Amino acid sequence: MSAASHTQPAVPPAPTEASSRASVMTRPGAEAVKVKGWLRAHKWLLLRRVVQLGILVLFMLGPWFGLWIVKGNLSSSLTLGVLPLTDPYLLLQSVAAGQVPYKEALLGGGIVAAFYLLFGGRLFCSWVCPVNMVTDAAAWLRRRLGIKGGKVPSEYTRYWLLGLTVLASALTGSIAWEWVNPVSMLHRGLIFGFGLSWGIVLGVFLYDLLIASRGWCGHVCPMGAFYGVLNSAALIRVTADKRSGCDDCMDCFAVCPEPQVIRPALKAVAQDHPLILDKDCTSCGRCIDVCGKDVFRLTTRFDRSES
Amino acid sequence: MLALGVGLYGAEASARPAEAIRPPGALPEQDFLAACVRCGLCVRDCPFDTLKLSELGDNVATGTPFFEGRKVPCEMCDDIPCVKACPTGALDRELTDIGKARMGLAVLIDQETCLNFLGLRCDVCYRVCPVIDKAITLELVHNPRSDRHAMLLPTVHSEHCTGCGKCEHSCVLPEAAIKVLPHKLAQGKSAEHYRKGWVEREAAGGSLIGEQHQLPMRGLEDRKYGDTRVAPGYVPPSDAPVKPGGIDSGWKP
Repeated sequence: MSAASHTQPAVPPAPTEASSRASVMTRPGAEAVKVKGWLRAHKWLLLRRVVQLGILVLFMLGPWFGLWIVKGNLSSSLTLGVLPLTDPYLLLQSVAAGQVPYKEALLGGGIVAAFYLLFGGRLFCSWVCPVNMVTDAAAWLRRRLGIKGGKVPSEYTRYWLLGLTVLASALTGSIAWEWVNPVSMLHRGLIFGFGLSWGIVLGVFLYDLLIASRGWCGHVCPMGAFYGVLNSAALIRVTADKRSGCDDCMDCFAVCPEPQVIRPALKAVAQDHPLILDKDCTSCGRCIDVCGKDVFRLTTRFDRSES
Repeated sequence: MLALGVGLYGAEASARPAEAIRPPGALPEQDFLAACVRCGLCVRDCPFDTLKLSELGDNVATGTPFFEGRKVPCEMCDDIPCVKACPTGALDRELTDIGKARMGLAVLIDQETCLNFLGLRCDVCYRVCPVIDKAITLELVHNPRSDRHAMLLPTVHSEHCTGCGKCEHSCVLPEAAIKVLPHKLAQGKSAEHYRKGWVEREAAGGSLIGEQHQLPMRGLEDRKYGDTRVAPGYVPPSDAPVKPGGIDSGWKP
């Protein structure tokens, strides 16, 4: 079933444009592919996959080939025997549960928190987190199969969950979210073995596919919420600096994992500048890819220029 | 609600099976679950691949390190690399002498199948014990079945056993007769007010209730008090010629 069959442009445009519009409606980014070529229309997506898989491969080199560049997993790791990295969200829960971690963990957590605080917390979500590939696949399949509806929880659910997981850690005296966290389960599963935790990852995939569009990463995941808080002063931001060229094709909204962040910048709602400063924006760059008019580009948060 | 649910699920899941042993230096289970970030660095630095991270379905808190003595026991490395690798302190670096590790406690749990209890000289658990003659000793006991042999019973001493699991690993039986258990399962606890008379006497340098009357023991009158040893061929002086008893005793009123 084609989505184009039940979507009609408000004003019938010229025939050639109508056909291109129809195909755009079917496949977001189709126009960009036509204008820019497939490679440029998937530039940021491919770059992200390279980075995501590259990080994963760094972790896998040890168990697969005995090449121990990185030991551990995303929860805590040791690179080249010197660089400790620890997930600060885990440390927050551990401290709430009444533990004082050793200085390696605190240093590692500090390095990770400082990096994301500076460059943008949700870079983790789109450039590092392995669940991103799962939910991106679910979102892609959902678009392809034309699955509509379902029940999407409030986008603030994740922030409530973030608070509740810290509270639950304090009340139960354990790192509460780790009992269910699909992010660490997937990453640890790939490196150390899954057991039954692939079921939890499958659950996230099916939830995003059938129940809530972009439900997990965009609405539920408290880990994403934590990195969202670190994203408040992100240096790397997307700007809609060529927004005057926007032809309202809506492709960017269709592919954006956090579509609510686009409107203020693109349509100048409650702000004048074209920067997407919303802390939910993961700087994944997919909007840049799918835009046939090159409205978007990556820049810094200080670049408010418009052209 | 959800947080409470996660917490309850956590409490439920933290009841780990008895055969799953935490690495050396692990904090008490509740503190361990607050400190362990489940990164697996201890697993990576274990040179013998003893440790593994639990997977969902293992009934051990998912992603936390453990080992099973029967499968791969702890080799008790002198430098304790797993403890050094832990970035959070879930494995406590206060532990610097592996001999002081208390991962669990070996218990000779089945005396019906243990070969030494059957009177044989298996001794394997004793021989492999890294703390041999301290953590496991062979206690010499008369074998009442044959009445002429000794049994050498492997006996675990909690003040020296580290819980490494080598005894359980090497038990020759299809199912180990000696098993490492969590201390909670393996050990009883004396009441605070219990006093052992012989310990008190030792400490006080003498009996606390004065010298006691020492009653003679029939047949051992010629011995020092308390000496009940019987030498081969020893015949109690009073029983010299054994007379028939019962209806053959020849007794007449």
